[in-house]
Amino acid sequence: MHPSQPEIVTDFEVRSLDTMCINESEQQHPWWYNFKYLIVGVLFGIVFVKAEIISWFRMQEMFRLQNFHMYGVIGTAVVVGAISVALIKKFKIKTIHGEEIHFTAKKFNKGQIIGGLIFGLGWALTGACPGPIFAQIGMGITVMIVVLLSAIAGTWVYGYLREKLPH
Amino acid sequence: MKEFLQQPWPWYVAGVLIGLIVPILLLLGNKHFGISANLRHACAACFPAKINFFQYDWKKESWNLFFVGGILIGAMIAAFGLPDLNPIVVHPALVNELKDYGMSDYSSMVPKELVSWESLFSVRGLIMMVGGGFLVGFGSRYAGGCTSGHAIMGLSNLQWPSLVATCCFMAGGFLMANLILPIIMKL
Repeated sequence: MHPSQPEIVTDFEVRSLDTMCINESEQQHPWWYNFKYLIVGVLFGIVFVKAEIISWFRMQEMFRLQNFHMYGVIGTAVVVGAISVALIKKFKIKTIHGEEIHFTAKKFNKGQIIGGLIFGLGWALTGACPGPIFAQIGMGITVMIVVLLSAIAGTWVYGYLREKLPH
Repeated sequence: MKEFLQQPWPWYVAGVLIGLIVPILLLLGNKHFGISANLRHACAACFPAKINFFQYDWKKESWNLFFVGGILIGAMIAAFGLPDLNPIVVHPALVNELKDYGMSDYSSMVPKELVSWESLFSVRGLIMMVGGGFLVGFGSRYAGGCTSGHAIMGLSNLQWPSLVATCCFMAGGFLMANLILPIIMKL
């Protein structure tokens, strides 16, 4: 075995704990193929704004049990997502490029509890999770750029302290 | 038609459309729905600083940067092309609570008294935007995902660690909104 091999394997594990740094697609596409994701993003951004998912007020209502709206949005999204994933698995549906669709199991670690609580605090404070931050900047609330930069700084500090934090 | 689209969309329409993003991304190219990883890609691309966590080929994940670029453009289209001309409707109990904090502007999706450049130079605005942003970035990476990666993608794939994460997101949110935010707002 090549000496650098174990490191790569660890890296994959580290990355698979994460949402999605594991898209080791065998297929190579020209960079402009990425525009298809831009179009999906555009639709998502429109829904974000029109359904007021990016509203600080809606988040406050959610965390005070004053409005069903956000529970309805997330709940419906999970049901639709779960049915879709089940269908993809059952019928072994492939991507439009004929590639097999694979899923990675998420491993439990303490980060999901500690990090989850920290994220929750920030979510209610800013009234925005990462997606809505981008949407708010797009709709002209330019001060959210500060929130975005601060979130990038938070991510960086996590990366810096990662080895010392309980997982 | 345009007037119809300009009104706030109901939760079931938004929920179905967001849920459909999960299979669309999978079918388009095996991509797993998630947004906070972009913050990591930004670190990996701009300030990797020899930190292990940022040593990977972020260019392979550039689809995700296109995706958030799309969100930004989509929000722009919705805000300027399909603007909702009425003030946002907020629960009366929240209106009352916010009045105590000196907030009464409902013309935007966010309270202008709190989320603005002027507010950035107040104690509560600074805590909210700089502090809150930091917690969002640090917490989502520590948890391995945010609302999209865990609550939507993870739960759709029936991953119990994502359920744990989602419950903790909510617990942290309840704690902040009900116990800590009232203190910060009075600063």
